Amino acid sequence: MLALRCRRLTKRYGRLLAVDGIDLDIRAGECFGLLGPNGAGKTTTVEIFEGLLPADAGSVEVLGMSWDRDERRIRERIGIQLQETQLAEKLSVIETLILFRSFYARGHDPEQVLRMVGLQEKRKAWVRKLSGGQRQRLSVACALVSDPDVLFFDEPTTGLDPQSRRQLWEILSSFHEQGKTVLLTTHYMEEAERLCDRVAVIDHGRIIALDTPARLIASLGAEHVVEFQSECPADLDAIRRLPGVGAARAEDGVVSLTVAEVHHALPALLAELERQRVRMTSLATHHASLEDVFVALTGRHLRD
Amino acid sequence: MRSRAVWQLSLCKMREFVREPEAVFWVFIFPILLTLALGVAFRSKGPDPILVGVQEGEGASQALAALQAVPGLEVEPVAPEAARQKLREGKLTLVVIPGDPLVFWFDPTRPESRAARLEVNGALQRAAGREDPLSVEIREIHERGSRYIDFLLPGLLGMNLMGTGMWGIGFSIVNARMRNLLKRLVATPMRKRDYLAGQLAGRAVFLFLEVGVLVGFAALVFGVPLRGSLLTLALVSAVGAMTFAGLGLLVASRARTIEGVSGLMNAVMLPMWILSGTFFSTARFPDAMQPLVQALPLTALNDALRGVMIDGASLAVVAPEVGIAAAWGGAAFAGALYLFRWR
Repeated sequence: MLALRCRRLTKRYGRLLAVDGIDLDIRAGECFGLLGPNGAGKTTTVEIFEGLLPADAGSVEVLGMSWDRDERRIRERIGIQLQETQLAEKLSVIETLILFRSFYARGHDPEQVLRMVGLQEKRKAWVRKLSGGQRQRLSVACALVSDPDVLFFDEPTTGLDPQSRRQLWEILSSFHEQGKTVLLTTHYMEEAERLCDRVAVIDHGRIIALDTPARLIASLGAEHVVEFQSECPADLDAIRRLPGVGAARAEDGVVSLTVAEVHHALPALLAELERQRVRMTSLATHHASLEDVFVALTGRHLRD
Repeated sequence: MRSRAVWQLSLCKMREFVREPEAVFWVFIFPILLTLALGVAFRSKGPDPILVGVQEGEGASQALAALQAVPGLEVEPVAPEAARQKLREGKLTLVVIPGDPLVFWFDPTRPESRAARLEVNGALQRAAGREDPLSVEIREIHERGSRYIDFLLPGLLGMNLMGTGMWGIGFSIVNARMRNLLKRLVATPMRKRDYLAGQLAGRAVFLFLEVGVLVGFAALVFGVPLRGSLLTLALVSAVGAMTFAGLGLLVASRARTIEGVSGLMNAVMLPMWILSGTFFSTARFPDAMQPLVQALPLTALNDALRGVMIDGASLAVVAPEVGIAAAWGGAAFAGALYLFRWR
């Protein structure tokens, strides 16, 4: 059973090809992430999925239905959280939820949804009195109030503080644990790694990689990344030949290596730099992430 | 389910309105203050005295004595050098130069000067010995409905219906579009016509309050009459409110910024403030402009409201005006539905 299926999806804005022939199958019950930098075409793609933008070419099916024939039936079964929606400032939290509930034939009791997103204490507060994180949780509550089968979230945690971000992740996780489908766009690799069963890396309107986060990272051939800066440029070819070093690239004076085992690669690297008479000015290591996958695929960073 | 959505949408619209103190001020308080100010400024205080100057010279004292006996005239001697300037500045409406021929010096474009000429001529001729062949008896009419405030109030009511209809609908729609809220709403199964119906229904509730407060205030404070039936007044007001709600919807159908919609609103409303007979009669405009003036929705609404309130007209009598307003409203709705953008 597919929650969403699209074929050869294309959208053009003037001369810019925002979505360039995307094919995608999202299974029911899956939490699927669209990961890419700003301007990659994530929002355009999702808004076509949500029936808010017409595609120039290609087909979209949501829960086996098409937007042309079954718009209202689809709308009854999906929940949407848009980037940058500002709900009415002078309505209270519960009034806003009751309003959204009134649009749907079936759904949750608004009071219950308040508990799901942890806003019961703000029940009577006006929207304009809410913090950024609380507003975002209300926006999520409006998407959940119809008890949807599929949730579309477009960068739900952008601009939120770490605590609010974790609260949202918990809400999303518990929705997903009920066996429901989530489609999430984000440019936070940590978010995608943590929440998503599968991730499509999207760049310039194309899907350039699609797999589980673990397998995408494994495709780097190494689990760790070592980054260092030096006073003068090091000889990268020699470094690539070191044992356990997968790839090496230099960008803005920072050299980053993917390595299988830090405790073997690091002494070898230090010895090699000593031999080249290159003095290091900084050194850092971390577990390889989807960010590194993106860098490896495009040569650019997600935040660029 | 459908009716529940319309109900919730109109309920939320009402809540947003009453939680906006500025909006409440402009809809309810401002018209009352305006009525109060204009009612006091233009209160009926009897005719202004006619200011007549008698140029100093031979025969001036006899003429002064004769004219001072006439009620409604205020007479003063004036030096020949000063006469022209006082006439020009309106400090005198007429200057008499006694003698034979008797000279009347005035600006013929000023109606009160022409009236003064007749008054003064009669008085001086009688003082010189003229006998009037007919005797004269004077009757005065002092009836409610013929004062400026009685003319003004229905116009203010019409203007208020226009302003709140257009702003109340247009502003909130553009605001919702700017905040991406319209887009969020169409992402639900909400029917688009339910949204528009909710906007109108939310507006209609305040309509009757707004009309009632203003008409009640004017009746209590200034004794402005309501001669027609309350039901007819309510019907005419409702048609007027929906007409301007439609125009508000049309103006807001594409605008993406508050500045943009404000400019459009003013472009639509400003001509009607002047042309539609709110503060003075549309008869003051030349004949060539009348077809335009009479075709405006606010002119039609003002005329219908005046007919009902002052002349006690029935719905059948004001039907042509109500028809003009309704036609504007219908056309505006149709245009708005065609042009409307949700994002």
